[in-house]
Amino acid sequence: MSALIQLKNVKKTYKRGKESITIFDGLNLTIEQGDFVAIMGPSGSGKTTLLNLLGGTDRSDSGEINFDGERIDGYNEGQLAGWRARSVGFIFQFYNLMPVLNAAQNVELPLMLTKLSSGKRRVNVETALKIVGLWDRAKHKPKELSGGQQQRVAIARAIVSDPKFLLCDEPTGDLDRNTANDILGTLQQLNQDLGKTIVMVTHDPEAARFAKRTLHLDKGVFAEVTQ
Amino acid sequence: MTDFDLVWKNLFRKPLRTILLTVSIFMAFLIFGILTSLNVALDRATGSGSVSNRLVVSNKINFTQSMPYAYINRVAAIPGVTAVTYQNWFGAYYQDQRASRFVGFAVDPETYMAIFHDDARLTDAERQAFLTERTGVIVGKSLADRYGWKVGQTIPISSNIYSQANGRRSWDMKISGIFTGAKPTDPTTAIYFHYSYINETITFNRDQVGTITVVTASPDQNDQVAKAIDANFANSPAETSTVDEKTFSRAFLKQAGDLNFIVTMVVSAAFAAILMIVSTTLVSAMRERTKEIGVMKTLGFSSPRVLRMVLGEAVLLSSLGAVLGLGASAFILTGLSKSPVGSNFGDLSMSPVVALLGLALAVSLGLVTGAVPALSALRMSIIEALNRG
Repeated sequence: MSALIQLKNVKKTYKRGKESITIFDGLNLTIEQGDFVAIMGPSGSGKTTLLNLLGGTDRSDSGEINFDGERIDGYNEGQLAGWRARSVGFIFQFYNLMPVLNAAQNVELPLMLTKLSSGKRRVNVETALKIVGLWDRAKHKPKELSGGQQQRVAIARAIVSDPKFLLCDEPTGDLDRNTANDILGTLQQLNQDLGKTIVMVTHDPEAARFAKRTLHLDKGVFAEVTQ
Repeated sequence: MTDFDLVWKNLFRKPLRTILLTVSIFMAFLIFGILTSLNVALDRATGSGSVSNRLVVSNKINFTQSMPYAYINRVAAIPGVTAVTYQNWFGAYYQDQRASRFVGFAVDPETYMAIFHDDARLTDAERQAFLTERTGVIVGKSLADRYGWKVGQTIPISSNIYSQANGRRSWDMKISGIFTGAKPTDPTTAIYFHYSYINETITFNRDQVGTITVVTASPDQNDQVAKAIDANFANSPAETSTVDEKTFSRAFLKQAGDLNFIVTMVVSAAFAAILMIVSTTLVSAMRERTKEIGVMKTLGFSSPRVLRMVLGEAVLLSSLGAVLGLGASAFILTGLSKSPVGSNFGDLSMSPVVALLGLALAVSLGLVTGAVPALSALRMSIIEALNRG
């Protein structure tokens, strides 16, 4: 397997008033193609910051962030937006679907950033919704769907443009156990069957069991690795 | 799905809010459409028929004060004057003083027709009849159509100023002709009748004239002739003020106030209020969607694209209100043109210039009201947006 993501000596500090808070002081991390990594850790350990750096929604102060051989830490905002649209699928804890759009339209959103024809887009949306088992709910608005169904639509939105990399921020944090297992099973399937590389931040040890390995982050340092 | 679809769906996310905003914008553009068109029509009416070598002499106090009849010959004798006629405002109405007032002047037919033959177009037979019939009256086509008057008919024309010795306030007049204007848009809602017929029967203000129209040899001589006329009557009981015809018409309208100023003020006030309402509402609407904007940026929508969508939503909203408002005002203006009062202004229909100006104003309103939320969406960082929402 080759490395999809590599963080080399990454440093990140936040300013809160006059105080500087160091989150990472030389973080190194390698994630292989096809890996499914769960990141756990207490609040304030740097999980969300790591997710933001991996997803290109925040910038490091120094160090290197490489994605599939591309160095992305020097990209400007526009380049990062383009890179995210091409390469990353995002799954949030609270689904973050657009309430004015139905399921199919929500899934189509990332395709608005591509040059695909409307016919090809329809095919992609149908495929993505079928993968998550919600094609029959394509015309439903988010408020007409259950939490689990909304998260499935969010997963369809994340995979519709066929990115290599999926970033999940507490994807089951708002769901009951059974539904959570269902969602995690779907993520596992995407990893195993479609070869998606997944990084998932979670507080839930049960959820982490679905990943191939778990990294425990504490005070900006990986403390332990569980296979 | 296109960016426009997304903008449209977002615009109608809260239908009641959008409808209320559209109605307020609609009202502003309704006011704009009607007042601006009215102003344009008035401007056109004062300009129509004005000829560059015609001057108007009136009492220096103001044009409601009269001047002695004897002034006519003295004005005619001034070097540079080639023709003269005169007229008296009559305060004319037909049957109902409140509902059917119109412009009516007592004139000297021969000299009047010699100067204004182009502004009041008649057939030769009608012209001849008007010149020879002492009780003859010529009526504008719009007015004739309104009351169903025909040539040869005798009608009672009343005055809200004058009365006869026998106490009657109306004069029987025989329609000698029905005139049209030089252009189809010129108002034809006035009547003209014999000064002598009125002058010999009125109980006061006899042998007085309201205004004297003077034709000069050339426009270059206007200033010199005007000064000579006013100098001639300086220090007399009725001093004069002589100006060119267009200036006189505008001054006449300014008696009711500076219409341009009033229109500008009313329209500005309406737009200032709408600007505040719409921009405040859009700011709060965008604040509700902070997280969604964060999600769109996360998915890869660039900040400039998000800015364009937010601005597009504001422009779409204002354009929607504007199109409805301008459409309604065009409809109302068409109705007004056919009403007794509106027909006095000539062609009241909305000109393409006013419509285009309205649409340009709508786009500007959208850009201004959308600027604050759009800029805040542009600057918003993804992390801040996702955490705040």
